[in-house]
Amino acid sequence: MSDIPKLTREQIAQRASLEFNDGDTVNLGWGIPNLIASYLPKKLTIYFHSENGILGMGRRANPGEEDYDLVDAMKVPVLLNPGGSFFHQADAHLMTRGGHLDVAVLGGFQVSEKGDLANWKIPGARGAGNIGGAMDIAAGAKKLIVCMEHTTKDGAPKIVRECIYPLTALACVHTIVTDLAVVDVTPGGLLLREVAPGWLPEQIQKLTGATLNFAGPVPEMRLA
Amino acid sequence: MKTKIVPDLDAAVADIRDGARIMFGGFGGAGFPNNLIQALARRGTRNITAISNNCGTRDGELGLVFKNKQISHVIAAFPGPHSNYFQEQFSKGEVTCEVVPQGILCERMRAAAAGLLGFYTTVGVATEVAIGKEEREIAGQRCILELPIHADFAFIKAHKADALGNLTYRLAARNFNPIMAMAAKFTIVEAEEIVPVGSIDPENVITPAIFVHRVVQAKGLRYV
Repeated sequence: MSDIPKLTREQIAQRASLEFNDGDTVNLGWGIPNLIASYLPKKLTIYFHSENGILGMGRRANPGEEDYDLVDAMKVPVLLNPGGSFFHQADAHLMTRGGHLDVAVLGGFQVSEKGDLANWKIPGARGAGNIGGAMDIAAGAKKLIVCMEHTTKDGAPKIVRECIYPLTALACVHTIVTDLAVVDVTPGGLLLREVAPGWLPEQIQKLTGATLNFAGPVPEMRLA
Repeated sequence: MKTKIVPDLDAAVADIRDGARIMFGGFGGAGFPNNLIQALARRGTRNITAISNNCGTRDGELGLVFKNKQISHVIAAFPGPHSNYFQEQFSKGEVTCEVVPQGILCERMRAAAAGLLGFYTTVGVATEVAIGKEEREIAGQRCILELPIHADFAFIKAHKADALGNLTYRLAARNFNPIMAMAAKFTIVEAEEIVPVGSIDPENVITPAIFVHRVVQAKGLRYV
């Protein structure tokens, strides 16, 4: 089973970008989600929100263009697009919490079959954990996509019946995009919408800690 | 005319006593009052409660005062992967930490600024953040009671200030600064430029003078 290639982190990002609609305002979290801005379909206009008080955030600055007062949430210097604006952090999270964004994309350690998300603290890891904006974003997102590898490095499922890791929020995830599948969280449980090229639904089920619903052949993941 | 300008950084922090609660602006390397933080390190104030998005970046930002063991408790949203002095002291139990969702950190400070005694939010429900907090249901949604975060001082990094204390900020260096300036009992500002009263267009004042108590000019200092 492990001979069949999985998607790369960049391909996960590329696939997730296809979930956006033209004109959406989107917040991208740490990790794989942050890669999405580089893989947007050319026909879409997407407005990026950053939790440090930016709307209309543009591409990463090239060498020589950097202004370190204009950085994204991962501290990377970026540009501002025409029509962009600045505001303080409270207003930035008023936007995340208050349902003003169209889509948010976060990384994840675990997602449960009910759409519970754990993404801020690994039990036993050093330090106090890092919540950042994730709890505000998860609680307020109209549409929350989680991008992550399907399993841990040790092969343990990250899609599970119940999250064991400390929770970020209950029942907040709408869609999970992994290196093996696109999965929707529905009232009837997890729906396997797409599989990675070459993979069978049954193989993916074995690497998943909760039941995946599918009927008949499941289409392959699109990248464009 | 009353002036809030003091001659140098050490004078700006001269009356900060041991045990003070201090808010520190800044996010992602932008908008940190690094000159005031260095002055606080020289002054040697101890047993500080720090309120800040992160817990320092190696020796930079709050890293310096953690290194000097001046902080005993911190309220932060994202202690951060490079907060090595904090992490070391936290793991030994020398520093305690309350990790708070970033937007809720803002709103708790804003409650303090606004004379509000608390608010209910869905953010943090069923997570470690909810431990010890009152929970109830409003309009069919589980929510928890969050209380204000007060401080004795705020350390603020502004772009321009006048002698009355009107402030502007540059780009995304605004972040937490305007909120903390409003929330603390006594607000100390390092500004890159001090400009004549009346020269900031009143429509462009971001922090009105009423929130500011002391201003010192200092060239921006940044840890990339």
